[in-house]
Amino acid sequence: MRGFGVLLRRELALAWGQGGGPLLALAFYACVVTLLPLAAGRAPERLALIAPGIAWLALALAALLSLERLFERDFEDGALDLLALGPLPLELTAFVKCLAQWLATGAPLALAAPIAALALGAPSRILPLLVLCGLAGGLAFAFLGGLGAALALGSRRGGLLVAVIVLPLFVPPVIFGAGALDALAAGLPWTGGLWLLLAYAAAAVALCPLVMAAACRNALD
Amino acid sequence: MGVRDPHSVFDFLANPERFMAFSRWAAPLLGLLAIALAAGGLTLGLTAPGDYQQSDTVQIMFIHVPAAWLGLFAYLCLGISSFLALVFRHVLADAAAKAAAPLGAAFTALALITGSLWGRPMWGAWWVWGDARLTSVLILFLFYLGYMALRGAIEDETKAGRAAAILALVGLINLPIVHYSVVWWNSLHQGASTFGAEPQNRLPAVYLIPLLLMGLCYMAAFGSLWLVRIRAEVWRRRARALALRASGA
Repeated sequence: MRGFGVLLRRELALAWGQGGGPLLALAFYACVVTLLPLAAGRAPERLALIAPGIAWLALALAALLSLERLFERDFEDGALDLLALGPLPLELTAFVKCLAQWLATGAPLALAAPIAALALGAPSRILPLLVLCGLAGGLAFAFLGGLGAALALGSRRGGLLVAVIVLPLFVPPVIFGAGALDALAAGLPWTGGLWLLLAYAAAAVALCPLVMAAACRNALD
Repeated sequence: MGVRDPHSVFDFLANPERFMAFSRWAAPLLGLLAIALAAGGLTLGLTAPGDYQQSDTVQIMFIHVPAAWLGLFAYLCLGISSFLALVFRHVLADAAAKAAAPLGAAFTALALITGSLWGRPMWGAWWVWGDARLTSVLILFLFYLGYMALRGAIEDETKAGRAAAILALVGLINLPIVHYSVVWWNSLHQGASTFGAEPQNRLPAVYLIPLLLMGLCYMAAFGSLWLVRIRAEVWRRRARALALRASGA
């Protein structure tokens, strides 16, 4: 348990400290949310319709940002070898890395999402659900993203590759979250989408560490 | 390998020597079978009477539906080969996975393109985003692209093969989830009309027979091309090993 705490502190320090941490992700989120309405049309009634979707999708895109360095940094300087030799199983190490990634970027982004949604003219009653979807979806994005980052270890052009691997896996959570948000905005029953999103996030948190550990072992061989 | 008697098709073909001897004949035979089936299926299909709702565009079905079947079937082959390659570290299974991916992507692309051409006269649109079937096939295509991108991006071939195999297995689990997540949306695409369909929805024999012939034709063509690609991969690896030996490494 002590190893777990030490590792979590290390990963959090790296995720917060290096290259701007959550601020960089928030800045990227602000840029995407600014660009999308400029491209999709500025009429307020039209924007209000797509505002929840834009605020939600931009979360998924912002989650891709710092994935490339998640395992690659430790792989290049040999820290991943040491972590693999250490007392913690590699599965737990991968879990901690993704958890720190979520705490440093996913959670702050989820808290920022309502501001973006309001600015775009979304109805204010969807905001609590947007935060909830952002938190749960952020967990799924962080763990699936970690999976892509671990698989891409030792490749050329890591960042682009991670996005191509990971985005098809983002499809179910994006659909579930958008389904819940759209239904709530339209005054329809919306809990089904939220439950499915929570279930997908829980499955990702439980299963992805096993796959990430297998991918890391393959890269370290 | 090779000491004990082969107990199954997998055991038999797992031996590279036996596989090469078998595929040398099987690949061209399956290719000829595909040509014969295509001749029969297309003749019957193109002379079938026009549908009362769809008129002659119904003939696109004979190209479109088997392509969609094969797009899914090839992913299943990719997943099984990847599993065998990961668990048993079998070189031939890895070659089979590598060879299956571009074929599956091509069949899926064919299904998407012909489906789009069929959708334009029937639904009035090239593409319908609210549709479950269209979207999940498009995502299947993206899975193939991700597999090939990952495989191509890692220099060490053994590591690339294993990383890609892990991704293929993740995709195998995720595909049904993707499918059901998009079924959430209403589907414009028609439901099952061949296997497991309600009697009143089943295709009449005049369409069903050419469709099944074309399905078998695509299956034979996939089998033939798959074997050819696996053979090419085996030869490429042998050539590389010889080149390494010749350079004194």
